[in-house]
Amino acid sequence: MKRSLTRWGWLFTGPTVLAFMIGFVVPFVLGVYLSFTRFTTVTKSKWVGLANYKGVFSDATFLHSLWYTAAFTIVTTVLINVIAFVVAYLLIKTFRGTNIFRSVFFMPNLIGGIVLGYIWMLLLNGILGYWARSITYSGSYGFWGMVILMCWQQVGYMMVIYIAGLQSIPTDLFESAEVDGASRRQTLFNITIPLVMPSITVCTFLTITNGFKLFDQNLALTNGAPSRMSELLALNIYNTFYGRTGFEGVGQAKAVIFLLIVAALAMLQNRLTRSKETLS
Amino acid sequence: MSKVKRPGLWTVIFTIISIGYMFPIVLVVINSFKDKVFISSQPFSLPNSETFVGLANYARGVQLTEFFSSFGWSLIITVGSTALILLCTSMTAWWIVRADNKYAKTLYSAFLLNLVVPFQMVMFTLSWLTDFLHLGNPFGLWIVYLGFGAGLAVFIFTGFVKSIPHEIEEAATIDGCGPVRTFFQVVLPIMRPSVVTVAILEVMWLWNDYLLPYLTLDMKKFKTIPIAVQYLKGGYGSVDMGAMMGILVLAMIPVIVFYLVAQRHIISGVVAGAVKG
Repeated sequence: MKRSLTRWGWLFTGPTVLAFMIGFVVPFVLGVYLSFTRFTTVTKSKWVGLANYKGVFSDATFLHSLWYTAAFTIVTTVLINVIAFVVAYLLIKTFRGTNIFRSVFFMPNLIGGIVLGYIWMLLLNGILGYWARSITYSGSYGFWGMVILMCWQQVGYMMVIYIAGLQSIPTDLFESAEVDGASRRQTLFNITIPLVMPSITVCTFLTITNGFKLFDQNLALTNGAPSRMSELLALNIYNTFYGRTGFEGVGQAKAVIFLLIVAALAMLQNRLTRSKETLS
Repeated sequence: MSKVKRPGLWTVIFTIISIGYMFPIVLVVINSFKDKVFISSQPFSLPNSETFVGLANYARGVQLTEFFSSFGWSLIITVGSTALILLCTSMTAWWIVRADNKYAKTLYSAFLLNLVVPFQMVMFTLSWLTDFLHLGNPFGLWIVYLGFGAGLAVFIFTGFVKSIPHEIEEAATIDGCGPVRTFFQVVLPIMRPSVVTVAILEVMWLWNDYLLPYLTLDMKKFKTIPIAVQYLKGGYGSVDMGAMMGILVLAMIPVIVFYLVAQRHIISGVVAGAVKG
């Protein structure tokens, strides 16, 4: 079997690998290379060493959006996971309509980020209109606007994962806890939460990376206004590339730094929560 | 799982929350029937004889954005890319697990790297390369999406293949099947649940993706639905809020229909994808 598998390797991997070269490997390698050059097009580039990286850290808009994105990610990760867990915890109980409620909470996930952005623009501007303000009034308005939008969109997704985790806990564990006279709180903190740790790992991972990579919703809701104060990292990089000629190299260097941040966060988060999982 | 003390009360509480949860969508639908000047000034009032404009916003939105051609391109891109991703990456994933040689391992590591790389990292060079290779059309995007989306699909498929017992395939080999027949007649049918998972995750991503098609497609000829929506905002200084509301509703209809039809599969697909991912 193995030998004939090797012989047919070109058929099984060929198309994927070819597309992977076009869609990922070549752009990725070129991207890393270009971050060390000054360029306006891919074919016109001049090696400048670390100059672009120096440019990144002297760019105040980047430092602002880095801080802004970090704060945004922390707030959304905590809020989404806590709300999603509570909703999941309630919706696995038996009362009429739980299936319909789950469907309702999940639905915003299927609507694309651009459309979501404009839906919330209408609603938030409608409310803020009573004070003669709008979502682009200040960076903190945009911040909380995007937090609300993200929670609305993602609570249902994480809820679905938490429900699956909660349902996989064997019911006899709860029964024996009841026999032992454990209070509700004790059951929650000593049985339920430790046993849904795998779901918590997945959900925090997803919410952290989603927070850091958010682009469409940001573009549609505020587009960074006022004066780039509500600009998340992904949009900051986009604007550096396509908003200012001569700064393509800096944009590419920002993208490399962005990648390193996301990769480091993903690894760190995975290690942290996985170590908690083994305790349970 | 467990019983609550007053089930009726919980049903009432969640009914109220659910109605509130749907409010943003309802608000857009309400405003899509109002004259554009009243949308910003009185967004929360119901349309009345003065503000009601029937389907005029829809007609104008469809005309301004060429909505139906966008719908067609979105459909072609989503369906074609999903089909290509499912076929190619399921084959690759099975081969990676079973061949298990140095090439397979290197390939797998490369796909893992792809999983963590944000699109911004390749956005400039990828749009140049698609242009260079003349892939900047809906059919070319099938290949681009297969390439950039390969990581996640391969990852989920390999996770699943590892759980399939080897013996069935060996039996097929003894019966004289080569790898190709073994894969299509024996393995692929077993892989069905994971194929559904990947299909759901890909459709949710591809249908809503904005930046990749925006940067790679030839904008004069092809727009997808998210691009059409954004175009309405970008193209005309001040936004035509009426047309915008109409287009937002039209953009949501296919998604909601898809959700109602495939709800069970969508939820289980998301769960399966999350456990493997």
